[in-house]
Amino acid sequence: MIEYLQFLGQEVYKIFFLLIPILVSVAMIVWLDRRVWGLVQKRKGPNVVGPFGLFQTLADALKYIFKEIIIPASANKTVFILAPIVTMTLALVAWAVIPMSEDLVLSDINVGVLYLFAVSSLGVYGIIMGGWASNSKYPFLGAIRSAAQMVSYEVSIGIIIINVLLCVGSLNLKDIVIAQKELWYVVPLFPMFVIFFISALAETNRPPFDLPEAEAELVAGYQTEYSGMMYAMFWLGEYANILLMCAMGSILFLGGWLPIINIYPLNIVPSPIWMILKILFLFLLFALVKAIVPRYRYDQLMRLGWKVFLPFSLVYLVLTASFLFYFDKLPKGNF
Amino acid sequence: MNLSRLFKTIFLLEFISGLYMAIKQIFKKSKTINYPFEKGPISPRMRGEHALRRYPNGEERCIACKLCEAVCPAQAITIESTERSDGSRKTTRYDIDMLKCIYCGLCQESCPVEAIVQGPNFEFATETREELYYNKKKLLENGDRWESVLAKNIKLDKPYR
Repeated sequence: MIEYLQFLGQEVYKIFFLLIPILVSVAMIVWLDRRVWGLVQKRKGPNVVGPFGLFQTLADALKYIFKEIIIPASANKTVFILAPIVTMTLALVAWAVIPMSEDLVLSDINVGVLYLFAVSSLGVYGIIMGGWASNSKYPFLGAIRSAAQMVSYEVSIGIIIINVLLCVGSLNLKDIVIAQKELWYVVPLFPMFVIFFISALAETNRPPFDLPEAEAELVAGYQTEYSGMMYAMFWLGEYANILLMCAMGSILFLGGWLPIINIYPLNIVPSPIWMILKILFLFLLFALVKAIVPRYRYDQLMRLGWKVFLPFSLVYLVLTASFLFYFDKLPKGNF
Repeated sequence: MNLSRLFKTIFLLEFISGLYMAIKQIFKKSKTINYPFEKGPISPRMRGEHALRRYPNGEERCIACKLCEAVCPAQAITIESTERSDGSRKTTRYDIDMLKCIYCGLCQESCPVEAIVQGPNFEFATETREELYYNKKKLLENGDRWESVLAKNIKLDKPYR
């Protein structure tokens, strides 16, 4: 019993060391997002609270905490309250398998990619639950759109991941990074990287695919009826998901914690810093894209997902497989 | 879909040029100013808060001709006057209801002696309605406070009147 408690304490301690940096970085990333968005539009962005406005998110969070939580009379109370919790928990839980360096990972499981994929697929439940439980038309329509969108783009993301897995021969995220020691997969699989990036935008409901919360038509989508801390949790979950997608992109394509080239001044930089830099690079792209693109129409979104990305990634999958087979480069892992 | 458009679509050319444009904009100076600390330029014609001016010897300019009262489209101005002991006509009451005022500038234009003017001040928000019912004292105070700016603005705008 004591042993068990000790083990539990150890794990909780580790989890806190993972969660706190993530929550802090989510706050910072929200600031960065708004700041970049503002700068592109020649505004200043948040610059009042703290140095450069860095604490803006904390101030916002504080405001949300003190706001009243309004639950609509016709809402299904349990599901309504559960939805933001599910969204945020799932967004944070996925971080357990993301390796920040060779040995800096909470749980180094064998099927990391599968786990990531499963958890990010579950993310749609939070949104559907929120939209359905609100019992009002805009959240409902927003949730339906969001669900359809996320399911569609997950298919192509899945096939893109299979592309990478074919080259690696392992589902372990650490193995995936180590396999990129010679060449990052962004080079041979560049089209896949682009499609992954765009699908990640759709997956996280970012512009130009932010249909679920298209203000003009759906007010704020599935979040319409939410207020106070519950809204903040949706919001945190959303950004944690974006960060997760950036981390996934950097692990699958940009060589995770590996330096750009393995030469002296670059390879003494600690590996987590490389990982963070790559995540930040991808996130900056996310933020810039938000600033420059107009929103897709719903049918265009679906067409892009099913008629362009899916066939293209399938064809590329066949090409990758045949290339690897023909030149006898199939990974000879321990399976 | 013609070929060049297909090419553009496949290689995301327009997206990339948009991205390039966005990155270029980031390094340009922002158009926003930190308002309470920095202020934008104001034209000498700015029609802000009203003020009643005085002559350099301290005598009020206003001769109670009531042209401003007559011209005011919002009927925000109320004037009462008497004859003073030296035979000149002066106001006993000069009220402007700043809530009625539409800041059209007609009072300033109609004034023959440049007594009532609209200054460059636009930051006179108050906490109660009553504070915005300006009387003669308040208007003269404004005039004394802003006189240097008001005189300069009138001089600058003179050639266009």
